[in-house]
Amino acid sequence: MRFEPPVGPGAEPFWDATRQGRLVLPWCTTCGRPFWFPREVCPRCLGDSLEWRDAAGDGTVYAFTVEHRPSPPSSPYDEPYVVALVELAEEVRLMSNIVGCRPSAVSVGMAVQVTWEPLGDGRQLPLFEPATAR
Amino acid sequence: MRGAAAIVGVADAASPSGELELTGRALEAAMVREALADAGLTLGDVDGVCHATSSMRLAEYLSIEPRFTDSTMTGGSSFEVHAEHAAAAIAAGLCEVVVSVYQATPRSDRRRGAGRYRPDPGDHNPSLEWEAPYGLRMPMGPYAMAANRHMACFGTTPEQLAEIAVSTRAWAALNPRARYRDPLTAEEVLASPYECEPLHRLDCCLVTDGAGAFVMTSAARARSLRNPPVFVLGASTAHDHSMITAMPDLTTTPGAVSGRHAFEMARLGPADVDVLEGYDSFTITALLHLEDLGFCAKGEGGPFVEGGRTAPGGALPMNTNGGGLSYTHPGMYGMFLIVEAVRQLRGECGERQVEGAEVAVAHGSGMVLSCMSTLVLGTEATL
Repeated sequence: MRFEPPVGPGAEPFWDATRQGRLVLPWCTTCGRPFWFPREVCPRCLGDSLEWRDAAGDGTVYAFTVEHRPSPPSSPYDEPYVVALVELAEEVRLMSNIVGCRPSAVSVGMAVQVTWEPLGDGRQLPLFEPATAR
Repeated sequence: MRGAAAIVGVADAASPSGELELTGRALEAAMVREALADAGLTLGDVDGVCHATSSMRLAEYLSIEPRFTDSTMTGGSSFEVHAEHAAAAIAAGLCEVVVSVYQATPRSDRRRGAGRYRPDPGDHNPSLEWEAPYGLRMPMGPYAMAANRHMACFGTTPEQLAEIAVSTRAWAALNPRARYRDPLTAEEVLASPYECEPLHRLDCCLVTDGAGAFVMTSAARARSLRNPPVFVLGASTAHDHSMITAMPDLTTTPGAVSGRHAFEMARLGPADVDVLEGYDSFTITALLHLEDLGFCAKGEGGPFVEGGRTAPGGALPMNTNGGGLSYTHPGMYGMFLIVEAVRQLRGECGERQVEGAEVAVAHGSGMVLSCMSTLVLGTEATL
């Protein structure tokens, strides 16, 4: 069963954008760079002048593990599945699942693209699939 | 701070069954009593307390009225951090006799139906929002990712990781209190089921009951006590993330920072170390320590551990009590690193004693490779 994430302080714009299937990142207008994870201030300069920009939705697998022993209810899938850190083109790294291929097909450096899974409240969860699937 | 304070008493509890009779504060009290007796001190001598949950509740239970208190909680490295803080406090004259104690009984708790640890839902933890939906198993998932990245970057193999479990088991065979003492082969590690690929079950630490304590005092007072003092020559702590998503580089831990500073303070280097007690929650954890502390270059940990280099008789004795992989692991293993390092430097380890050990490192790792704390310890001869 998929655990539905809480909306943390400063993350409302991220989750709101997912309702339209848009992957957005917080950018610090002072540093001119995005950061992850979303929070109220920039973790580099502590500035609070932030804006949300659309991400390209492309990335590569930085590291991953195959969870061989799904353990409900904390596991989102019943079969062995991949949890990965995905490095986006914007050079932030976020955690996700790699879907749309067998776990044995996943490798470090593999190109992936965002795809969406609806959550119960209208928000969507960003997942990633092999870039060739589009 | 170098040489200003010394560990003068230690105690630990573990058993081959993986379970202990006592639990909770009673178990902590037993450890404090044993460690003080080992030191030749009494509760009345204690003027500083450390505990990874609440030094205040501990002190109240023991009727200590300390003038130094530390409830630092950095996961498994908490006790190395306590030792660092205690040594600094003693060096600064804030207090004279500090005790740190730990217990956890997850194995017998489970049998008694006491339930498993649940995080406080009221705590705003970014991991709940940005990691939990993806089903990363804790704590092994983040370590599996680190192993995966290390393999991809440096060609490290599952066989090389298994070698660490095999060498550690060979040390456990020499420890009558170790949970597992039968010889282990790399083939058996690789044949054990995956927990989180690429980590097999036998790449993972035990879940046992366990407890321990140490007592530290000033160098001057230490010399008046019954045991040879084990001096704190260097100490340093560093962290660079809390959740694995925020770790800057999955192949380099903050131990690279804490290790450098601790060795600098000690005016020693990896080549001077006779015994390494390096937190082994997983085989990959120990491998990363070897690189980050400078025992080998980054990326060369795999070849480094081949051929039993860290096993009994090898060039670098590591985790000489059998480690978290084969001796005991109640959840926060760092206390046992200190206890074993002290016993090795006092020459009390019987069959597993490293001959002529003068310098030992206790290197703790907390949370998910998040907080590293390095202690360089030495005998009188190293001052």
